[in-house]
Amino acid sequence: MGALLEVENLTTEFVTRGGVVRAVDGVSWDVREGETVALVGESGCGKSVSALSVMRLIAAPAGRIVGGRVRFKGRDLLALSDEEMRRIRGREIAMIFQEPMTSLNPVLSIARQLTEGLEIHLGTTAAEARRRAAELLATVGIPDSERRLRQYPHQFSGGMRQRMMIAMALACNPSLILADEPTTALDVTIQAQILELMKALSRRLGVAMLIITHNLGVVARYADRVNVMYAGRIVERGTARELYAHPRHPYTLGLLRSVPRLDEPRRARLDPIEGQPPDLTRLPAGCAFATRCAFRVERCARERPGLVAVGGGGHVSACWEAERLDRALAMR
Amino acid sequence: MIDGRPLLEVRNLVKHFYVSGGLFGGREGVVRAVDDVSFAIHRGETLGLVGESGCGKTTTGRCILQLERPTRGQILFEDRDLATLGPEELRAVRRRMQVIFQDPYSSLNPRMTVGQIITEPLAVHRIVPDPVKREARVQELLGHVGLLPQHARRYPHQLSGGQRQRVGIARALAMEPALIVCDEPVSALDVSIQAQIINLLEDLQREFGLTYLFVAHDLSVVRHISDRVAVMYLGRIVELADRKALYDDPLHPYTRALLSAVPIPDPELEARREHIVLGGEVPSPLHPPSGCVFHPRCPIAIDRCRAVVPELREIKPGHWAACILA
Repeated sequence: MGALLEVENLTTEFVTRGGVVRAVDGVSWDVREGETVALVGESGCGKSVSALSVMRLIAAPAGRIVGGRVRFKGRDLLALSDEEMRRIRGREIAMIFQEPMTSLNPVLSIARQLTEGLEIHLGTTAAEARRRAAELLATVGIPDSERRLRQYPHQFSGGMRQRMMIAMALACNPSLILADEPTTALDVTIQAQILELMKALSRRLGVAMLIITHNLGVVARYADRVNVMYAGRIVERGTARELYAHPRHPYTLGLLRSVPRLDEPRRARLDPIEGQPPDLTRLPAGCAFATRCAFRVERCARERPGLVAVGGGGHVSACWEAERLDRALAMR
Repeated sequence: MIDGRPLLEVRNLVKHFYVSGGLFGGREGVVRAVDDVSFAIHRGETLGLVGESGCGKTTTGRCILQLERPTRGQILFEDRDLATLGPEELRAVRRRMQVIFQDPYSSLNPRMTVGQIITEPLAVHRIVPDPVKREARVQELLGHVGLLPQHARRYPHQLSGGQRQRVGIARALAMEPALIVCDEPVSALDVSIQAQIINLLEDLQREFGLTYLFVAHDLSVVRHISDRVAVMYLGRIVELADRKALYDDPLHPYTRALLSAVPIPDPELEARREHIVLGGEVPSPLHPPSGCVFHPRCPIAIDRCRAVVPELREIKPGHWAACILA
């Protein structure tokens, strides 16, 4: 399948009181048609800013996309006029946010929020849009849709609001959905429902997804390919199976090791990643992870490693010691 | 490790909230936040209290800490019924029960330095009346939680989330407590930092003989840290057992569904695993279902579950479940 979205050398900066922060630093990744790709990392790693940059939702003047290209179906989104970009947002690329309550309009009825996009983007008549809105609620598993359409977001539970967000995202039959921590605010049993729903819908409707999350379990259940981000860069990428079975970056390995797992015997002690993520206004010259890394060598402080192939299926890692890491893992 | 009388005993705890509603603010209903909950925690033990939002786990913790007045039931701490204590005695007891909150940012005063935050309880409760010794004690406490002496001069906003949680822990430790209620202490932290804080809590427990009530929704974290685990649903404990028994052999269908819902960071395993996806959502505690409160979502419910309120029964030695089919 061909690439639907290709992000090349994307760089996004923010002006802060502490200086200029390069939140996304020359990052490249892609999403193919019908595929689910994950951007994984901890707070401040640039995963959300990456998605907002694709949607051109970076708030000026503090934030600015300073370089790179975002090719969607062959067109560079960064070169489009605001008007052209508006026609893509919500229609061809939709977005789902973590906290549905803050992204839904509290004073508009559920019906209005679902029909607005249809009427604006597709020129659907009011009656037809209403019919489609009811259909969308049914698609995302909200029963009793006629009554629900007359309600307002505060009358919905957290799980239903997230279903509603998914319905809004699906309204114009987009080919790509960017989902930013879609289940983080939800309880585990509701998270399971929403994940099953998203998985079923992406399969049935063939819509591609970019899922942004810090939850390695969610990624494992869900993504075909995974990009791991740290301090504004991608440090490892691979198919989900390859990356979890053979992590080739010490940060990925550290993340996988630091979480307790229900499928493994309980360990006497957890293996945390020591230290703190770096201050983005004062990034070191070399590898940003070096100070926390158990595998660091002298070179890591001086030279920044680029992504190089480390395995099949496009598995790449940005680590000078990727091979030693693999040998160390094989010996365990 | 476990000897004699429990440090804390909760007996038939009930906490109702009255909700006024409607245009005229009349009494609309009763939220049964905690509905007949009993458990004990022994010295040096960690009891995990898990459940989804609104299940009553936080309210249970708050009742124990006397931040909420129980509607009914008894809380015995070091064999004394807290409801019978006078204000002075209660003050002394409360010192021995501390709390660590989920969001260290909103529980630390932004206008106080870390040093002042930790010093305050030492002065107020006259734990260390001498100011010079107090300063030394603050330095010692910072060391216990893995912070550096210079952190004492910083303000909360100058610290990372993990460091702020360490300050919250130091403040609790300052009181020399016997029991610490940890209310979602790591859920606001990044995964790489969560493990640091969990290890720290375990080290402190060993060093100071602390007893923890660990309230959380993350079942993997609770399994790691707890000796015994209680699962709550809609104000009630539905299962209570040793860690190993609860995770290896869950008896309540809700516990089984919860465990199955946790995604495991292994794509191959996830592809093979069968998931019990519960339908519906947690009902409102304003109008709890009849009989077993879990029956509308239960995959194995039978007719009788609609009528009979299941008692928490000891099904195997030390393994309790509130299900008539268990």
